[in-house]
Amino acid sequence: MKEAKILIYDGSFNGFLTSVFKAFDERIEVADIQKNSLAQNGLFSDTETVFTEIDKAKRVWNGIQKKSSYAIKNVYFAFLSESSGIEMTLYTYIKKLFSPIDMVHLNFSDDTILKINQLAKSVGREKHRMEAFVRFQLTKDGVYFANIEPDFDILPLVSKHFRSRYADQQWLIYDVKRKYGLFYDLNTVEIIRLDLQNISTNSIKENSAFTSDEYNYQNLWNNYFKSTNIKSRINKKLHTQHVPKRYWKYLSEKKQAV
Amino acid sequence: MSFKRIREKLNILADAAKYDVSCSSSGSKRNNTKKGLGDSSGMGICHSYTEDGRCVSLLKILLTNHCIFDCAYCVTRSSNDIKRAAFKIQEVVDLTINFYRRNYIEGLFLSSGIFKNADYTMERLISVAKKLRLEENFNGYIHLKSIPGASDELMREAGLWADRLSINIEIPTVSGLKLLAPDKNHDDFIKPMLKVKNEIIQYKAEKKVFKSTPKYAPAGQSTQMIIGATGESDKDIMYSASHYYKQYAMKRVYYSGYIPVAEDNRLPAINSQVPVLRENRLYQTDWLLRFYGFSVQEILNNKHPNLDIDIDPKLSWALRNLHHFPIDINQADKRTLVRIPGLGTRSADKIIKARRFRSLNWDHLKKIGVALNRAKYFIICASNQWERQDLEAYQIKAFILQNSQSKFRNSYSSQLSLFN
Repeated sequence: MKEAKILIYDGSFNGFLTSVFKAFDERIEVADIQKNSLAQNGLFSDTETVFTEIDKAKRVWNGIQKKSSYAIKNVYFAFLSESSGIEMTLYTYIKKLFSPIDMVHLNFSDDTILKINQLAKSVGREKHRMEAFVRFQLTKDGVYFANIEPDFDILPLVSKHFRSRYADQQWLIYDVKRKYGLFYDLNTVEIIRLDLQNISTNSIKENSAFTSDEYNYQNLWNNYFKSTNIKSRINKKLHTQHVPKRYWKYLSEKKQAV
Repeated sequence: MSFKRIREKLNILADAAKYDVSCSSSGSKRNNTKKGLGDSSGMGICHSYTEDGRCVSLLKILLTNHCIFDCAYCVTRSSNDIKRAAFKIQEVVDLTINFYRRNYIEGLFLSSGIFKNADYTMERLISVAKKLRLEENFNGYIHLKSIPGASDELMREAGLWADRLSINIEIPTVSGLKLLAPDKNHDDFIKPMLKVKNEIIQYKAEKKVFKSTPKYAPAGQSTQMIIGATGESDKDIMYSASHYYKQYAMKRVYYSGYIPVAEDNRLPAINSQVPVLRENRLYQTDWLLRFYGFSVQEILNNKHPNLDIDIDPKLSWALRNLHHFPIDINQADKRTLVRIPGLGTRSADKIIKARRFRSLNWDHLKKIGVALNRAKYFIICASNQWERQDLEAYQIKAFILQNSQSKFRNSYSSQLSLFN
């Protein structure tokens, strides 16, 4: 009997796809696929470190895409959910995709398929939420700056949206939890890694990095938000259902003005 | 500019505009060209929600709340003693751009009280939109109000800059309108609506021949009706809604539960409750007509002129038509599937895809997301148990109500609660 192996990869999506390639190519009995930052040795299985190779990752990507463009989106979105054990669920999903059964990714009566679909859907929902909840603040350097703290790693997914919408202004969206951001310099969007210490949340204190008009506009927006509310229809439950409390600290309309 | 003065105006003019419920910002297909600002090619986005649970996607304001008309249902009617204000055109442009750049909004929804006359007002609305498009290279969403009685030339121009045009019919019946807005003429509402509809058709036809034909109101027209101000029945409302959908190719009809804004013996008293539940049932009916293949006569007719308050309109239809059921989940086509209570278009799609691999049973349906508490009485699937067991309609209804937790329960329950 072949011995089961644990594959260790660098945590990137390409690294994961390379591991899938390796598993298929060398017919490895996979016990688990783990990020190197979280790796745990199994008692009875070997571990092997996988080095990311873009061309191998690409072959897996293209192979899945050829099966279905819907499936490749599901794989990528579900991966970004960072949910624990996602690698093995995805590996099972990909194995099913390459089985001889046609259109197997639409078999919603299969637990793995349904699970990946639901995860992808949650990630998609948060992507959409972030497109809504980003609040830019204008810095004195003329950059529109926003903090976000999403549950899932959705920054790569929103890049295109903000690039086509704010093509004529410089902007930076920074993920506080994962400590990296997207910066658009009027030409291209780049990923930048930085460790910001003073995260500007919704505090009433003004930050000198921003223009003085910035606070005037936040104030106007805050006011608008209040006056457009209809008191006789109040429905706080619905309100927090749509705008969950964990996002409030970055929303300028939820700031309690002095 | 003076932020203090702007804030005052914004408070007055946003407060007056909030009774217009339309918030849609989708369906426009306006791409960002030449590195301008904004893009409304994707789906609409709700950037926030007010504490009443309504979506905030557009900067929704009046240009002014000065108005020559005295419509009883309206907060800005001329006889009402309130603070009046008016924005300058440039002020609206600046607000829109600065809010948009900060990702607060999808665009502008501009309405207005009618000052001087219809055309003068319409012209001012158009110049805001035109300025945004031409001077600011703005590709976000613009929704303009069509002013009742505005001339055809102006309506033709408005559609060139706006994504959506709307004119609120407000009162579903002509007699109701006479009672509450005696100086307004029903035809004044219809004329701009008809003009916009014809222009949309014409521009679409030209677009097929000449690719360079400009966009004309790409997100279409919409209208709004006030519910519960004049004692009209649900049948009156939905028949007139489906008339507007058919005759004027409306994208949406909105229903707005009347919020008392004035002491007037023609209207419900101030402090009377907003009919939110009735409003909800009307929207459900609207969806059944547009996406579920129901005809309005099936849901509302002389025998049933009003919707049930305690159960949704689809369930109510099903209970009246038990002879159509049970439906076999593993056989029925999509049109039939979506008629089952507790089953929407999404679950229907999933069922159709999944059943190619195996016959579905209760477990599968539950995981797919079907609301089995309602659906189980109306379907059979790959299982020997069939829930209905020849129950009568009233029994099914009782079971469903007993086992469901509706947030509206208190508002229709006739049972006295023992302890409070």
